Amino acid sequence: MTAATTDMAAPGQDARKAGRFVYITAVVLLCAWVLVPLYFLLINTLSSPEAVNAYPKSFIPEFDLDSLRFFAGFEGILTALKNSILVAAMTMVMSIVIGAPAGYALSRFDFRGKELFRLLILLTRAFPLPLLALPLAVMFIRTGIDDTVFGLALVHTTLAIPFAVLITFSLFSGIPIELEEAAWTLGCNRLTAFQKVILPLVLPGITASAIFAFVISWNEVFAAAVLTIENRTLTAFLLQNLDTSPLHLKFAGGFILVVPALIFIFAVRKYLFAMWGIANR
Amino acid sequence: MAVIEIKNVAKRFGDYQALHDINLTIDDQEFMVLLGASGCGKSTLLRIICGLETASEGEVWIGGKRVDHLAPKDRGISMVFQNYAVFPHLTVFENIGFGLRMQKLPNDEVTRRVERTADLMHIGQLLKRYSGELSGGQRQRVAVARALAMEPDVILMDEPLSNLDALLRMEMRAELKGVLAESNTTAIYVTHDQVEAMSMADRISVMHEGKIVQAASPIEVYRNPAAEFVAGFIGNPPMNFLQATPQGGGKYSVAGASFDGPSAANSNLQFAIRPEDMTLSETGFPAVAKVVEPLGAHLLVTCELDGKLFRAILDSEMQVKPGETLKLAPVQDRIRWFDPDTTLAVA
Repeated sequence: MTAATTDMAAPGQDARKAGRFVYITAVVLLCAWVLVPLYFLLINTLSSPEAVNAYPKSFIPEFDLDSLRFFAGFEGILTALKNSILVAAMTMVMSIVIGAPAGYALSRFDFRGKELFRLLILLTRAFPLPLLALPLAVMFIRTGIDDTVFGLALVHTTLAIPFAVLITFSLFSGIPIELEEAAWTLGCNRLTAFQKVILPLVLPGITASAIFAFVISWNEVFAAAVLTIENRTLTAFLLQNLDTSPLHLKFAGGFILVVPALIFIFAVRKYLFAMWGIANR
Repeated sequence: MAVIEIKNVAKRFGDYQALHDINLTIDDQEFMVLLGASGCGKSTLLRIICGLETASEGEVWIGGKRVDHLAPKDRGISMVFQNYAVFPHLTVFENIGFGLRMQKLPNDEVTRRVERTADLMHIGQLLKRYSGELSGGQRQRVAVARALAMEPDVILMDEPLSNLDALLRMEMRAELKGVLAESNTTAIYVTHDQVEAMSMADRISVMHEGKIVQAASPIEVYRNPAAEFVAGFIGNPPMNFLQATPQGGGKYSVAGASFDGPSAANSNLQFAIRPEDMTLSETGFPAVAKVVEPLGAHLLVTCELDGKLFRAILDSEMQVKPGETLKLAPVQDRIRWFDPDTTLAVA
C-alpha cells in the first residue's frame, strides 16, 4: 500500500523537481549574466597592468590600486563626475515635473486625441539619437546652450520623459478616483486633494520613475559626447580619454562608471520594486 | 436645516440622455432613497447633488441656497462611497478626522468628534489601524463615521452596503437607519436593492430610464404603484399582469372572469395583482401549477394562466403539486389597473 502511494506520487514529484531545477538554473544564469562581467571588471581594475594583459587569468584580484589611483589623480575626472551627477539630477527633476502632470492628465481626464498622444509619446523613442544629434547640436549652438549642463539635461529629459509619463500614468490609474472624490467632499479642492491623498500614495512610484530617469541620463553617452566639449559628463569624458589608453586603464574607467550607478540603485531598490509592482498591473 | 430642491435637472453624456427633467424636493431630515436598476441615472443624480458631476440643465438648491455652481466642499454635504474610499495611507483616526482637519478645527475638537462618531459606529477600538487591516464591514463603518464627523446638513450615500455580505448588510441597514435618524441630517441613499429601500426609506423615488417614475412612501409605492414599471420592479416576486377587456358599465373581463374596474376608462387595460393577494377559491381563475417552491413561511407557486406565467404566494401548509389545476381568486380591493398605452395607473 505504502509502496503503491510512493510510486503514484513519484511522477508528480519528478515534475516538481524538474521545474525547480529549471527555475534555479534560470536564476543562476541570469545572475551570472550580470555578475560575471562585473566581477571581471573588478579583477582587472584591481590588477597591475601586467596581470591585466597576462593569460591565463587569476580569479582572485591582487588589490593593486595603481589604476584607480591614476584615475583619482586624473585631471578633469572630478569635474566630469560632478557634471554627470548634475545632468542626471536635472534630468530627474525635469522629467518628473513635466512627465507626472502628463501622466495624471492621461489617467484622469478624457480629451480629444488622448490615444494619439500616448502613441506620440512613445514615438519620441523611435528616432535614433545619432539622427537627431546633428540638428540638435546646430540648434543648441544657435540658442547658446551648447556645451552646457542644462542643454544636455534637456536632451536627456526628452529621452526619459516617455518612461516618466507612462509610469506615472499607470501609477495614477492604480489609485481609485473615489479617493480623490472623497477628499473633495471632505473640504479639499483639486490641489489639496492631490497633496493630501494622491501624492502620499504615488510617492514611492514617482521616486522609482525619477531614479529611472537618473539612470537613463547617467548611462547616456552619445548625446553627451556630441553636445559637450568642455563640460563633459563622466561617460563622454571616459569615452574620449580612454579610447587610446592601455587596457588596464579602460577597465578601471569602466569600473568607475559602473560603481556609482550600482550604489545608487542599491540604495533606492525598495522604490524600484514599488514601481514594478504597480506598473506591471 | 436643509431642504434639497432639484429643479428641471437634465444630464447628457454626448448623445446619451442620462437624466430627463428631474424635479424632486427632499424635506429636511427626510431619508430619501433613489431606487432603480443599474443605468437608470440614480447615481448620476446623486453625483449632481454632490457636485462631482455638473448638470447639463437645471438647478440644485440645498437649504435655500443655489449650489450647482459650488464645489462639493462648499455645499454642506458629505458622501459615503460604494467602495468606501477610505484613505489607505492614513489611520482610521485620521480618516475620520480628515474633513475636520481640512476645516482647521483645534486638535481637541477633532479628537472629541472623531472619538464620538467612532463610538457611534462601534469602531472606537480601531482608531490606530490602517484601512488595509480592516474588514469590509469595518471599512464601511469608517466611511460612514468620516461622513458623520463632518456634521453635514446632507449626507449622500451611493450603494454603501452593496459590497457587504448578506448578513452584515442586514445588520448595517438597521444600524445606519438608527444612526441617521439621530443625526438629524437629510439623507439621500442610492440603491438597487428594493429590500434596503423599503426598510430604510421615509420616501422612495423609483427611477427608470433617467426619470423619476414615482416618489412616495415605501408602502404607497408597494401598494399603489404609479406605473407598470414600478409594479413590475417592486416586490419579490413582482405584480402579476393580465389582459382586461371592457364589457361596459365598469366591468372588465379578465381571463374568463368578470371584475369591477375603473368606469371612466372604456378601453383595454392591464389587470395587476400581487402574488400574496391571491387566495384559493371555487370562483377563482383556473390556473395550472408549473413550479412549486416552498419558501418556509410561504409557498411560491408559478402557474400558467391566460397563456402567461402567473405567480401566487400561498400558505406553506397547502398541498400543491405541479400539474394540478388551482382555483385562484384575487383579493378585490388589492386589484390595480394600468393603461397599456401610457403605462400609468388608472383609478
